[in-house]
Amino acid sequence: MISHPQLPPLFQAQHLTKRYGDTDVVQDLSFEIAPGECLGVIGPNGAGKTTTIRMCLGLTVPDAGSITALGLQMPVDALAIKAQLGVVTQLDTLDPDFNCEENLLVYGRYFGLKDAEIKKRIPALLEFASLTSKAKAKPGELSGGMKRRLSLARALVNDPKLLLLDEPTTGLDPQARHLMWERLQLLLQQGKSILLTTHFMDEAERLCSRLLVLDHGKKIAEGKPRDLIAKYLEPDVVEVYGVGALALAQSPLREHAARVEVSGETVFFYTRDSAALLQALQAYPQLRTLHRPANLEDLFLKLTGRQIREDA
Amino acid sequence: MNTPIIANPPPAQSCWRAPRLSMRFWPVFLRNLLVWRKLAIPSLLGNIAEPLMWLVAFGYGMGALVGEIKVDGQPVPYILFLASGSICMSAMQAASFEALYSAFSRMHVQKTWDGIMNAPVGLDDIVLAEMLWAAFKALFTVTAILGVMLALDISHSPKMLVAWPILLGVGITFSSMALVFNALAKGYDFFTYYFTLFLTPTMFLSGVFFPLDQLPPLVRLVADWLPLSNAVALVRPLFMDQWPRDVLHHGGVLVAYAVVSFWVALALTRKRFGQ
Repeated sequence: MISHPQLPPLFQAQHLTKRYGDTDVVQDLSFEIAPGECLGVIGPNGAGKTTTIRMCLGLTVPDAGSITALGLQMPVDALAIKAQLGVVTQLDTLDPDFNCEENLLVYGRYFGLKDAEIKKRIPALLEFASLTSKAKAKPGELSGGMKRRLSLARALVNDPKLLLLDEPTTGLDPQARHLMWERLQLLLQQGKSILLTTHFMDEAERLCSRLLVLDHGKKIAEGKPRDLIAKYLEPDVVEVYGVGALALAQSPLREHAARVEVSGETVFFYTRDSAALLQALQAYPQLRTLHRPANLEDLFLKLTGRQIREDA
Repeated sequence: MNTPIIANPPPAQSCWRAPRLSMRFWPVFLRNLLVWRKLAIPSLLGNIAEPLMWLVAFGYGMGALVGEIKVDGQPVPYILFLASGSICMSAMQAASFEALYSAFSRMHVQKTWDGIMNAPVGLDDIVLAEMLWAAFKALFTVTAILGVMLALDISHSPKMLVAWPILLGVGITFSSMALVFNALAKGYDFFTYYFTLFLTPTMFLSGVFFPLDQLPPLVRLVADWLPLSNAVALVRPLFMDQWPRDVLHHGGVLVAYAVVSFWVALALTRKRFGQ
């Protein structure tokens, strides 16, 4: 993953605000995407991720703020901008009546591409999506992972500079997810830029050079994944569960942790001194412990809370 | 024309702003054509079977009882009277069905429109493509029925060639009207109201099966302003090898329905998509 911060941003959103009725869905949100960069947007359901993407596509007009992309202005130049974008939405919008080849052909025409030009690109796109053997299959005959890869191939039909991917791997099994990641990394190596929303922290960590954490429509953190973890969290986490684990949260063991959280039947110790904590925990052989480095998921839960959102 | 100067422009665009139509509608029209090409023959059979049954059952059955009907004082065989009305009805049915059920499944169920809008094609052009597509399907159905009517020797007036573009216009009018209800629909059930509360009465009040002068004066007044009765008034004389009268009036009514409906359909569809 190569990012070029010295180049002017490919995409720039400034002070975006969107209100539905009395609810501020997005509030004063600003961000940039540099050429070759993968920017991840993470946040709980209802945080404003999809509304942000819709504003980036000119499908929803912001109440305030501006979007500049590829030197053009949204929403005035929406069509000219979209001619250079590739989009994969949360729900597949593949044409069920067409096979894979036809889906790519018909979609390419929407970009004003000539049939001959699109047909030249189709074999490479199908190969990229590992769908060469399924060229004549309709979406109904494809697995979830294949459909998502066909959606990705379709988003590449116009050879876009920037890809907007809204939860591209939600609902996929691990194999399909890893194949998708591989493909996205390949695109980044080819110099494409990506804006990605996701619920999967390992996905964000693996693909994104920079992250934007949204909650209640506001940006609550921004930075490189590792930097964010270092900034907001202790390096180690020790999870303790089993009979009597909850009592530990109030015990002298607390001393060894910078922060203690209880969720369900598990106690989370966030610590800078895991060795001492683990040593002390040996006095409780009936408890099960899991020692691991702090990760993005911990960051996410710290910043956005553990409670389930109403619309989750 | 004076351009009004707005000191404080409203933050959001009005959904009633002028249509922005372009040739970008064409790939969307082609998309529908490509799907239909795969199903054309079975769908054609379905489209022409019903009107032909009406024609045979009513035309030959009722025709034997009714004999001739007077149109503007001129006797016309009932089968010719019915054929010239029912072809307008077929254009209406075909366009309405496509712009309601089929357009709704593309817009709402399959999310095809959402996919298209992620490419550089605007909503206005999608609505235009759907409108023209439904009109094209009506024209295709009508053409097939005209062929059968010629084969049955119901009429062989060369003026029927003029009826052909008029029937395309009938398709455009009814597909525009149907798209208004497509924009408002929550589900397919909603369309049943449109068919039973609007299209069926229209069918009986537009002079397809019996002359309008049979109707009581008040009903007649309503009937005269229905789009289908104006279509029939244009097409029927052509089947009788005559030129229609009051062409500007009848044509004007159809055009007015089409233009107003298309604009309303566009505004309501923009509203539906939050644009």
